[in-house]
Amino acid sequence: MKKPEDIYAILKERFGEEKVEFKEDVKVVPFIVVAPDAIKEVAKFLRDDDDLDFDYLMCLSGVHYQKDTTLGVTYHINATRKKHSLTLKCIVPEENPHVQSVESIWKTANWHEREAYDMTGIIFDGHPDLRRILCPDDWDGFPLRKDYKVQEYYHGMKVPY
Amino acid sequence: MGLLDKQFENSNIIITSIDNLFNWARLSSLWYMQFGLACCAIEMMAAAASHYDFDRFGIIPRASPRQADVMIVAGTVTIKMGPRIKRLYEQMAEPRYVLSMGSCATCGGPYWEHGYHVLKGVDRVVPVDVYIPGCPPRPEALFEGFLKLHEKIRSESLAKKKTA
Amino acid sequence: MPELRTEEMVINMGPQHPSTHGVLRVELVLDGEIVVDAIPHIGYLHRCFEKHSESMNDYQQVIPYVDRMDYVAAISNELGFAIAMERMLGIEVSERVECIRVIFAELQRIASHLVAIGTYGLDIGAFTPFLHCFRDRERILDIFESTCGARLLYNYIWVGGLSHDVPTDFKDKVRDFVQYFPPKIKEYNDLLTYNKIFIDRTADVGVLPADVALNYASSGPILRGSGVNWDLRRDDPYSIYDQFEFDVVVGKGEMGTVGDCWDRYIVRVREMEQSIRIIAQAVERMPDEGDVKAAVPKRIRPPEGEIYARTETPRGELGYYIISDGSMSPYRVKARSPCFVNLSVLPAISRGSMVSDVVAIVGSIDIVLGEIDR
Repeated sequence: MKKPEDIYAILKERFGEEKVEFKEDVKVVPFIVVAPDAIKEVAKFLRDDDDLDFDYLMCLSGVHYQKDTTLGVTYHINATRKKHSLTLKCIVPEENPHVQSVESIWKTANWHEREAYDMTGIIFDGHPDLRRILCPDDWDGFPLRKDYKVQEYYHGMKVPY
Repeated sequence: MGLLDKQFENSNIIITSIDNLFNWARLSSLWYMQFGLACCAIEMMAAAASHYDFDRFGIIPRASPRQADVMIVAGTVTIKMGPRIKRLYEQMAEPRYVLSMGSCATCGGPYWEHGYHVLKGVDRVVPVDVYIPGCPPRPEALFEGFLKLHEKIRSESLAKKKTA
Repeated sequence: MPELRTEEMVINMGPQHPSTHGVLRVELVLDGEIVVDAIPHIGYLHRCFEKHSESMNDYQQVIPYVDRMDYVAAISNELGFAIAMERMLGIEVSERVECIRVIFAELQRIASHLVAIGTYGLDIGAFTPFLHCFRDRERILDIFESTCGARLLYNYIWVGGLSHDVPTDFKDKVRDFVQYFPPKIKEYNDLLTYNKIFIDRTADVGVLPADVALNYASSGPILRGSGVNWDLRRDDPYSIYDQFEFDVVVGKGEMGTVGDCWDRYIVRVREMEQSIRIIAQAVERMPDEGDVKAAVPKRIRPPEGEIYARTETPRGELGYYIISDGSMSPYRVKARSPCFVNLSVLPAISRGSMVSDVVAIVGSIDIVLGEIDR
């Protein structure tokens, strides 16, 4: 069982401070911010390292931070044998949101990433099948962005009340 | 029919109108399409199961729209599902009836305001005969809906076309 | 003789199909009767839960929407949300409230598993167990109804407490049910579990190995059916589950391979026995007096921050990721629904099986579409 700060120390030694950053002054739970182009190797290391052994991706969520004009991906990971968990975050700009896919590390990320793409428009590089999952394929806009405006008609059906 | 049996012992002749006979036959065996959408489908299943027992009204589920008389739209209709409901309705043979079960199917229910992906009322894609309020309606409410549908069928006539 | 022309055939199963448990559509690519690939298409019941929670003016207002996610187990969803918010706000609830919550959560687990078992029998072709299961489910719903007036969607567990107190004869009713139910489990076993036809249809079908299950982050009976001993009630305790005695049921491959459909099914049946054990302990422990609304806050204004809290619903790990910006309404609520994740394993376990087995596999995953699409 390891604490987030211990895990951060291991990650910093392995990947350097420009790739991972620890945030502990936040309320509730501390998290580690990972560079969007490093998330795949960080995730692979977290899964394969014998002391860390993060074998379970609990949740992957896309978030729109309107104030900072950024989008974020939050990964909640858990180690079922070592019984520790960790929160990782990737922050990307609103205009060009590209994050590496972790589908090859944890298969469950496949659908989670499709959902994050569907809802917030984050593009996951290296995802085998990145298309909308909940909304129809030809839907306009990304509903969970804070500035989302619903379309008036979809295939002749009125959408607002 | 017990009352009539005693009066006509040998030859059974009943004089009635074709309308009455057809309507009576129609409303006594309404087969509904086994097709649940959301929460209301669980109440529909409960209504069909042992405790409430739909069978006593001659109402039994059929899995295919081609064998069904009535479609219970049990639950929230989404934009993605709307065209499919329409197609299922079109596959049903005449005369066909639609029951809108629950607030969601009637008007969008709790999702009317912010539900960007919810169709606000199934009557935007198919014509509805009976609306049942509730979220979800109790099985008793579903029975009441069927009894209202019985009333509607009873007043139908072959002479004038059924208006949608 | 000219060579036989063969090609793959694509068949759509759903969205209207009696054994997809709602509006799931599975695109089946078939080679004769063998499934080459099964691609689930979801979203036919996408009711914008996350958008609704962001649009609410108050955190308590989210709870009715939470109910409507997994409509077969509404109390379990409410409990997860209440626990996430209470951790965020630092609220402690009284022992009485905790006991009532545990009793309801476990009753709900039994009710939900009864639907799962009943409809699974229906999928396989056994109609009678469905009627038996729904008969006993009505008994549980009567307890719910006498408490909060609703049969399906309760809005009962609030952040910091409960919406109102239990009726005076609550304990007797629960004790009656604890007496009534265990013999019925034997009835289901005689009717369905050890039925030769049922075993033939489910054993060695849709085998999910433990490492694949973990990699796909399956949870609940799916994961335990694959032999992984993992239950959040014991491994990441919430409420007062750490103070009760119960066993975590895992699949052992009694009728075939570990992780087949029969194992996933039997985990549910045996979990009901464990739930009865927990209810019996909780009802003895529950204090008679106490205000269930004592800790309900008048205004919920959590500090800026975020939390991820998870609970064990009948279908697995339900997690809420809640971000607060310090205002009265949530900034973002993401629900990590167990069915969504469990269903994503379907292509991996149905490849190579017969087309009729897909029905058995989908049924054994026990999906609720309201939670998959949210």
